Amino acid sequence: MNEDELRAYVQEGGQVESGDPLPEAYRKALVKFIEMHGNSELMGVLPEREWILRAPTLQRKLALTSKVQDEVGHAQLIYRVVEDLGKPREACLDDLLAGRTKFHNVFHYPTKTWGDVGVIAWLVDAAAIISQKALLKCSYAPYARIMKKICWEESFHILHGRDVVLAMMTGTDEQRELVQEAVNRWWGPLMQFHGNPIPAEDDPMYQWRIKSQGNEDARQQFLDGYVPQIWELGLTVPDPKLRKRDDGVWKFTEPDWDELKSVVTGHGPQTEERLGLRRYARGETEWVRRALLAEAA
Amino acid sequence: MIWEVFRQEREGQPFQHAGSLEAPDLVFAEAYAREFYGRRDESFALWIVPRDALHDVREPYVAPVFDRDYRRVDGYSLKVKLKEARERVGAGHAPPGEGGA
Repeated sequence: MNEDELRAYVQEGGQVESGDPLPEAYRKALVKFIEMHGNSELMGVLPEREWILRAPTLQRKLALTSKVQDEVGHAQLIYRVVEDLGKPREACLDDLLAGRTKFHNVFHYPTKTWGDVGVIAWLVDAAAIISQKALLKCSYAPYARIMKKICWEESFHILHGRDVVLAMMTGTDEQRELVQEAVNRWWGPLMQFHGNPIPAEDDPMYQWRIKSQGNEDARQQFLDGYVPQIWELGLTVPDPKLRKRDDGVWKFTEPDWDELKSVVTGHGPQTEERLGLRRYARGETEWVRRALLAEAA
Repeated sequence: MIWEVFRQEREGQPFQHAGSLEAPDLVFAEAYAREFYGRRDESFALWIVPRDALHDVREPYVAPVFDRDYRRVDGYSLKVKLKEARERVGAGHAPPGEGGA
């Protein structure tokens, strides 16, 4: 199939398997999209990792450790798909650590309190699940298959986050304040998370049916699902313009697209520190990789 | 080395492709596969197969040279014959073995 034939094929719901001949434009789009997803899973554990040693109870410490292990596992599965598309994992890591490829905006920000941990696992994961569910029908079938496992695991990560938030909201005033401050900090990045409101038909990732949903649709779905849950806990959303119109569409202050662009191109408040930690860890564990390969050879 | 992993969710169900993994040998492949697909007791059993051992067949339909509809359910259209047989009985033809002496 040439590019046009493939585009028509996937737009009618057709799926492609690994090993099928892929037009270069489609293969490149897949690598770009899936690699960024893998990068985000790998970098996304760092904000939470910072809290493993500071978790308030043993149960929370174990739950957080388990979540971090899940997310690293997702990165492994996803990089494997990228490898089959022609880009080795080592090359993905080289590009990530050199700042040549991107990871999701929300993982470039600091975590200030345990409230952030709850809000990340609840609302950041909620936003991510909405994007990830739109990948279950991905035109590239090997990616769609691993998304089933990933979405399943994300479903209890959200519950973990919601449980952390509920414990704090039913606690002291000081705890409630920590959650509210975290919501205030994360709201801007959350509203930017699904990307600019480019019409789905103009989005190459939608044209190739790599994702099955436009950016603004995803954001509306997020607001519809989670703003009521935020409000019912007595929390406020730091956007005076946020409201649901009679026709069901959410109105809000325009997200800061300049901030999004600056952050994902490597200028976020924690970008350098987090990449630095990854570089350090990769260097420190190199002997393990060498030993394993030597053992197997 | 690349390994393909198939998982069986419950006993008796078919194995389905779950994903692939890279591991230097079967010992590591099994350890990784257990971590990926068995950590929450979500699989009853796993098959771990070196990718090179899989033979991929596309368009497996064997087009018949002759009309071989006797091999398929839709090759048997009983409707018309059944109608004719029933009408025959209704018109007073006794079934064989009855009414003859």
